[in-house]
Amino acid sequence: MAEEVKKPEEVKKPRKPLDPNSAKYKLGKIASDAFATAIEAKKQGKPVAWVSSNFPVEIPETLGLATAYPENQAAGIAARGAGERMCEVAEADGYSNDICAYARISLAYAKLKECPEQDVAMPDVLLCCNNICNCMIKWYENLSQELGIPMIMLDIPFNPDYEVSDAQVAYVTGQFWDAVHQLEDLFGLKWDDDKFQQVTGFSCRTSRAWLEATAQAKYIPSPFNGFDLLNHMAVMVTARGKEEAGEAMETLLKEYKQNHEKGESTFRAEEKHRVMFEGIACWPYLRATSRGLKDRGINMVTTIYADAFGFDYNSFDEMIRAYCSVPNAINLEKSRDKRIKLCKDNHVEGLLVHTNRSCKLWSGFMAEMSRQIGKECNIPVTSFDGDQADPRNFSEAQYDTRVQGLFEIMESNKESKEA
Amino acid sequence: MLTLGIDIGSTTSKCILMEDGSRIIAKSLRIGGLGTEGPEEALQDLWNETSYTRDDVSRVIVTGYGRNKYEGADGEVSELTCHALGGRFIFPDLRTVIDIGGQDAKIITLNESGRMSNFVMNDKCAAGTGRFLDVMANILRMDIDDLDECASKSEKPASISSTCTVFAESEVISQLANGVSRPDLVAGICESVASRVSALARRAGVVPRVCMSGGVAKNSAVRHALEKNLETEISFDPMAQYFGAIGAALYGFRQLNK
Repeated sequence: MAEEVKKPEEVKKPRKPLDPNSAKYKLGKIASDAFATAIEAKKQGKPVAWVSSNFPVEIPETLGLATAYPENQAAGIAARGAGERMCEVAEADGYSNDICAYARISLAYAKLKECPEQDVAMPDVLLCCNNICNCMIKWYENLSQELGIPMIMLDIPFNPDYEVSDAQVAYVTGQFWDAVHQLEDLFGLKWDDDKFQQVTGFSCRTSRAWLEATAQAKYIPSPFNGFDLLNHMAVMVTARGKEEAGEAMETLLKEYKQNHEKGESTFRAEEKHRVMFEGIACWPYLRATSRGLKDRGINMVTTIYADAFGFDYNSFDEMIRAYCSVPNAINLEKSRDKRIKLCKDNHVEGLLVHTNRSCKLWSGFMAEMSRQIGKECNIPVTSFDGDQADPRNFSEAQYDTRVQGLFEIMESNKESKEA
Repeated sequence: MLTLGIDIGSTTSKCILMEDGSRIIAKSLRIGGLGTEGPEEALQDLWNETSYTRDDVSRVIVTGYGRNKYEGADGEVSELTCHALGGRFIFPDLRTVIDIGGQDAKIITLNESGRMSNFVMNDKCAAGTGRFLDVMANILRMDIDDLDECASKSEKPASISSTCTVFAESEVISQLANGVSRPDLVAGICESVASRVSALARRAGVVPRVCMSGGVAKNSAVRHALEKNLETEISFDPMAQYFGAIGAALYGFRQLNK
């Protein structure tokens, strides 16, 4: 259980070029193409939408509207080390550093219109959905004001009840079609039911493969390192309605199944313990947060953050219900039960909670929710302070102590069981 | 068999030399933690106090904030495990440790067999830590060790409403300027720490027996405010500041006897 003081120095191996038939290559290409496609569309004079991550992708995809996802862009900027620089630009303009760092980065980009760490096409319209959080509304309203472009709002309020009501479905359905009509009017686009059916088919195919791939963590050892999901999920955010995304996710699923059959894993260490990671990734410190776990043989096998972007449905009504059931739009009890299921399905031994200073909603109810999860699953829980994109809110030493404490309890629990 | 526990905190370094995991042979404490001469000085004090040398020690375990940087140990363990072990060594029926150190506060829960079962720590903010008391003592131009006695003279503890150390600093200054007595201010400061830590403790769940560890354990004003808030007796031992080092020495012994 004690950690030897001298750790072997890591020998950096030169990176092998990726196999173009591998899921990693395909998913990486789709994610980068998503930005490039919108930039190219813009050059050709076509309209581009900036879209919030849980907005029904079926709308822009069916209408053939080029898209960029500011949350995805901000995560990329933060992971490449420019989060603080961009946040400071927004703060200098008067935006409080209490505001979501994704919002600050996006607002800074709207002003600068360039960021070498991740450029995107500038938008002609904003598609906002608040099922991910209500900060999104003010963020997009400000973008709309600053850029002088229209904002289309699809309101999916936080649901205090356990189930989605028919009234809520009707409310969101009305807005869905209103958003479609507004886009048709704005850009002369035409809704096509056949195309819609095709897009929903692609979206569901991608989602099914994704959710089945993430569920492969049920095996011990897990055939993958959970941090892989944080990278692959970019495709779920930006391109789940595209045919190639479904094909790439099916490749991922196939690889994970093969890994399990061969006893292999993308987790490059002995899997001693398995944890669930709660919250959005701490992008500026992805390596540090991942390494703190891997060095101790802890695999982050599951996270609701990844599964949140899998939308599987069999009808229009079910699609609307799926968008009303994303993690930040549902009540504590339902959120808790979804996570408990993930913990139990994936044999989780501990819960690591990212108290994300950017995400007040998500982090706010985690103190109580994680307590309930820990009690129900009989697992230790710890949390660390951080931020999804602002590097100033994280301390590696504090993170390390908490992870080590969690590791020591899991070790002790294992010893007790074996005894 | 001798084992040595070294606890390198953010403000102090502590050493405990233990025989057969059951008897404390020697202890030492120096002001100065990670990044100072504190750890080496504390260790030197220990050798000076006894006739032993490093070669006589079968296992050295380091813990605390500075554990990752210290190169003279055989292994390192988190201070969470060490405070649980050290506290249980002193109080065999211990179930909850409230550790307020220089830069963090922790509530550690132990199961019936004495194993650490969970813990809750403060967030990044320095409120509710020893650092908060340090800053306040500095404003009042007092030694931190004198806060306890000063608070005992309070008639009506002042209310310190800011949880932020920086804001509380200006609040204390303005209360001083408004004529609030020093004992009332100090008592209010201690209650502020206790209030913050009580919230953490409630989150973790408080099961008696409860004890305090860390440097702030010596401050009876904080301890009594915690007892009042949590409605439970909090045990104190003069060795409270050494619980981490005791736990590390015990841990080393247990490793050798596995």
